[in-house]
Amino acid sequence: MKSNKRREQETGLVRPSASIVPRDTVTSRALLMVIAIMTFVAALIVGAVGLVRDAATHWRTDMVREVTIQVRPVQGRDLGAEIGKAVEVAGRTPGIADARSLTREETGRLLEPWLGSGVDLSVLPLPRLIAVRLAEKTEPDLAGLRKALSEEVTGATLDDHRSWSARLAAISDAIVVAGFATLGLVLIATVLSVSFATRGAVAANRAIVEVLHLIGARDSFIASTFQRHFLAVGLKGGLIGGAAAALLFGLTGIVPGLLSWIPGGGEAAFLTGQFALDQQGYAGIAGIVVLVALVTTLASRVTVRWTLREID
Amino acid sequence: MVRFQNVGLRYGVGPEVLKDVTFDIKANSFQFLTGPSGAGKTSLLRLLFLSLRPTRGLITLFEQDAARLDADEVATLRRRIGLVFQDFRLLDHFTTYENVALPLRVQGRAESNYRAQVIELLHWVGLGDRMHVLPPVLSGGEKQRAAIARALISRPELLLADEPTGNVDPPLARRLLRLFIELHKSGTSVVLATHDMMLMDQYDGRRLVLADGRLYEDR
Repeated sequence: MKSNKRREQETGLVRPSASIVPRDTVTSRALLMVIAIMTFVAALIVGAVGLVRDAATHWRTDMVREVTIQVRPVQGRDLGAEIGKAVEVAGRTPGIADARSLTREETGRLLEPWLGSGVDLSVLPLPRLIAVRLAEKTEPDLAGLRKALSEEVTGATLDDHRSWSARLAAISDAIVVAGFATLGLVLIATVLSVSFATRGAVAANRAIVEVLHLIGARDSFIASTFQRHFLAVGLKGGLIGGAAAALLFGLTGIVPGLLSWIPGGGEAAFLTGQFALDQQGYAGIAGIVVLVALVTTLASRVTVRWTLREID
Repeated sequence: MVRFQNVGLRYGVGPEVLKDVTFDIKANSFQFLTGPSGAGKTSLLRLLFLSLRPTRGLITLFEQDAARLDADEVATLRRRIGLVFQDFRLLDHFTTYENVALPLRVQGRAESNYRAQVIELLHWVGLGDRMHVLPPVLSGGEKQRAAIARALISRPELLLADEPTGNVDPPLARRLLRLFIELHKSGTSVVLATHDMMLMDQYDGRRLVLADGRLYEDR
């Protein structure tokens, strides 16, 4: 009777069964670190490539949305009348939203950095500028505008920033291509290092694979036990790395707002203003986390199967 | 239960370590497997346990041709065989209780179903008060008994033990032998590989002797 009572007490004392693959070992901690660091690096590259691509598109669309007509004073011609004609020509060209001539004072302000203030500009033969805003959705007939200006307005030229835009496009395209190439290399490095680190961690647990195998566990049971463990490690490491990268991008998004409060911060804010990750960027980071977790799982499965084949 | 017919085994391109081995193991029988070190006892046990495949000959286990079994069938068949390793092979992050319960756990049984059975067996092998400790804390003899308990927990029809008394002192070796005899009397076939002559002298069991890769029966 006494012995039965004791057994009953002992039955209640048994701790919940430990995980078959030990959780907190040196190798699993090292693997977690490798996964977190590689995910962080890959997520940074994904975010950075997205930022450069967005910034380049942003600069280009801003720049091409405006063109300038320059009207030089020609002796014997009334500059005011020529400006009026130029505005009228621009106004009737398809795809032009609005054309506005800069006043003499505005032109003066543009030259202030070079000439200083208080200069009587009326004595100088200054060209006058007309800011032309292009319509958002219609394709502007810039060739037609250029032709009409040269035929109808004396001393007028059209500057559509095309050469600047083309150069910027070439530079930003090169940066984006280089970014994607780097991203490709970093992803390959991530996949390889995570898969090798996982194989190392599985190898450290070889004794467990062997014992399970020899006491009659099916290969699918052993593989799925390890797969579950390494999926958890992969997700945990990936989330740590991905969250750190997302936090960093979140902070760089806040910095411009903070900078505007300090003297001279406005310019800095202008420079960093574009560096806020959009939803697509955060989705990219989430994608990296999922990819890393899958690679870890797959690598563990392949290594366990390979170990089992080796045992027999 | 087990039948070996002209079984030969070689590792790679090396010489044959087992030559024309022919014997059978009947249900509810007890046999010592003996021979000098390096005679091939462990290799023969591994063949019996299907963790090695013979290079020639025929092995029949529980009326099934071992050569025709797939991986899942081998796993199912292994559940009918208990194996006690020479080096115990206990998992260090598991308590004695968890190590002994492992074969039932891999069969997918719920812990509440086997808890009492595992505790009962641990008491039977004398480890009732050591069930919550981890293997590194156990003595050699306790580890050996834990390994034996793990081999017995799923009530195997055949028990294979590789030098189970190799790491223990003579009194404990005698105790372990009594445990194997008791098990045999309860209906399990036992193959006990040992080169301890004094141990074999204590029980009048069948003796299979391996020498130069050949198996003889010493009656």
